Amino acid sequence: MAEYQITDHIDITDVVCPVTFVKAKVALEELEDGDILSVRLNDGEPVQNVPRSIKEEGHQILRLLNNEDGTYELIVRKVGD
Amino acid sequence: MAENKKPDYAALKAGGFMRQMQKDNFSLRLRVVGGNLTAQQLATVTAVAEKYGKGYVHLTSRQGVEIPFIQLKDIDAVKEALAEGGVQPGVCGPRVRTVTACQGGVCCPSGCINALEVAEKLDERYFGRQLPHKFKFGVTGCQNNCLKAEENDFGVKGGLVPSYEEDSCIHCGVCAKVCRLQAITFTDGKVEYDASKCNYCGRCVKSCPVDAWKGESGYIVSFGGTFGNSIQKGQELLPIITDEDAMLRVADAAIDFFDRNANRGERFAKTIERVGWDELKKTVEEAYHG
Repeated sequence: MAEYQITDHIDITDVVCPVTFVKAKVALEELEDGDILSVRLNDGEPVQNVPRSIKEEGHQILRLLNNEDGTYELIVRKVGD
Repeated sequence: MAENKKPDYAALKAGGFMRQMQKDNFSLRLRVVGGNLTAQQLATVTAVAEKYGKGYVHLTSRQGVEIPFIQLKDIDAVKEALAEGGVQPGVCGPRVRTVTACQGGVCCPSGCINALEVAEKLDERYFGRQLPHKFKFGVTGCQNNCLKAEENDFGVKGGLVPSYEEDSCIHCGVCAKVCRLQAITFTDGKVEYDASKCNYCGRCVKSCPVDAWKGESGYIVSFGGTFGNSIQKGQELLPIITDEDAMLRVADAAIDFFDRNANRGERFAKTIERVGWDELKKTVEEAYHG
């Protein structure tokens, strides 16, 4: 499963919508095209909305992994500079 | 009461002039589709309300605009001033009323159809059509139902008929999480869809981060809604309609059914009850199949 190498990691479980998405967006802006960001996010609203919002910014969603503790790990490939 | 030259109230009403409780005062209803007016139209309305009314407008319960306190003697001047500014009078009485719409598909991302476009088409087709009683159309973009489709004699609600392509799926399970009716389940990394439970809300399509869910827009139509003296929720008689022409054929059939069968002063719901839901169902099914 080592099809990607994580460049950076952020945790957005300490904030609520819409700051969740904003935090992820800002983190992505720091990265280069092709870099991989891992985002730890809560179950519920964040996991239902953040993946799509990031996709709509033009980035690629690679995986969503269940941490089995009420949180998820969203793996995103940055697209564009 | 025994005036020599009594105004033709029925004609005034048909032209959107609503008789007020104050003698010789009328509240002028304007033609509005889907709750939208241009800035230019608003400026015209402002000028007319200031010059001929009391400097205010009333927003009606069905997205209409009325200019109250228009004097009987000013009616022609008011009509002219509005026409010059691109504003048309609305209607009242036994005919097709204002077609309402939400902002689905225009501004609101929840919309599964372009509600305004549908409302404009219905307005163009039926607005002001003379019938045995009032007839209301309402268009709402999705299951959130901000425009309360089932309150109307003919309600339209947007939906998405979902389809799933496993090839592009990353098996994240978000679709199952957003599905409120358990039509989608996610077990052991496998996505299952039970179409019989789906209400076409489109949440799976709109939340999927890789577009593995695609949605085809459709219209969920309801018949015989009324929320006045007696309250009845519009009923769905057909499956979701994915073809616009078919939806318009169904609308034609429903309104013709009402025109043909209704007694004067009888709302669609009462007509259907009297003539039979099965009769209406047969009629709209025929129209649906073309």
